[in-house]
Amino acid sequence: MRAFLSLVSGAVFGLGLAISGMMNPARVRGFLDILGDWDPTLAFVMGGALVVMAIAWRVQKAMHTPVVCEEFHLPGTQLIDGKLIGGAALFGIGWGLAGLCPGPAVASLASNFVPAAIFVAAMVAGMVLFRVTER
Amino acid sequence: MPGFPEAQPLEGLIGGLLIGLAAAIMLLGNGRIAGVSGMTARTLGLTKGVPWSIASLFVLGLILGAGVHLIFVGPIEATFAPGWGWLVAGGLITGFGTRMGSGCTSGHGVCGMSRLSPRSLIATGTFIGAGMVTVALVNAFGGGW
Repeated sequence: MRAFLSLVSGAVFGLGLAISGMMNPARVRGFLDILGDWDPTLAFVMGGALVVMAIAWRVQKAMHTPVVCEEFHLPGTQLIDGKLIGGAALFGIGWGLAGLCPGPAVASLASNFVPAAIFVAAMVAGMVLFRVTER
Repeated sequence: MPGFPEAQPLEGLIGGLLIGLAAAIMLLGNGRIAGVSGMTARTLGLTKGVPWSIASLFVLGLILGAGVHLIFVGPIEATFAPGWGWLVAGGLITGFGTRMGSGCTSGHGVCGMSRLSPRSLIATGTFIGAGMVTVALVNAFGGGW
């Protein structure tokens, strides 16, 4: 059941990304281009997602366990350090260069396989590189 | 949209509501954060924590969801960066940065900000700011696309 819910969650996420226009790197880049022809679409996407999730967090507080798993596994750390900010800054640079973040990049394997696969392969290489340097 | 001829606020809002619903299903159903960078890393065995079935099926679902759009709704409009150099550089830095910063637009942006997590609010402000500076610099040096 939990595997099935994961698949459903991923599929609804992918469909949402496709409808939202966020699988178009030029449009995402347009949101980041505040000094040029700014495209506010991403703000509407984020707004819609935040409204639903804000409600979900209120529901979560009233629940003792998730519906199909034994317990909640949620990030508990409050640490704000150079790793968090440096990592986020690096991600922002990559996002600005290609107009892709991990979700739309993976989902684009279905629609634009070649450029998506190039980005995802490089992204995985970056993840591996971080894991190696972390030690 | 007045003043922003390229914007698609309605499609954006509908897509955003679905993304929120997807994250809510993962949170309330499986008790986990729907973070794509973390789920991808877990699927490839680069981290531990989330059961592999949950991570890998979520990632597979992302691809299937886009496929559902292609079959039942229509083509997905997309203009990619001109040339593989942008994709390789962007991908490498995105992969490294999302692992180092423990999340991306989904984990920090959607799930963390809606929880008012200080870490996620700071991370999201940082990556949006860094993205805006990057695009401005690329444009300033004539590399805009």
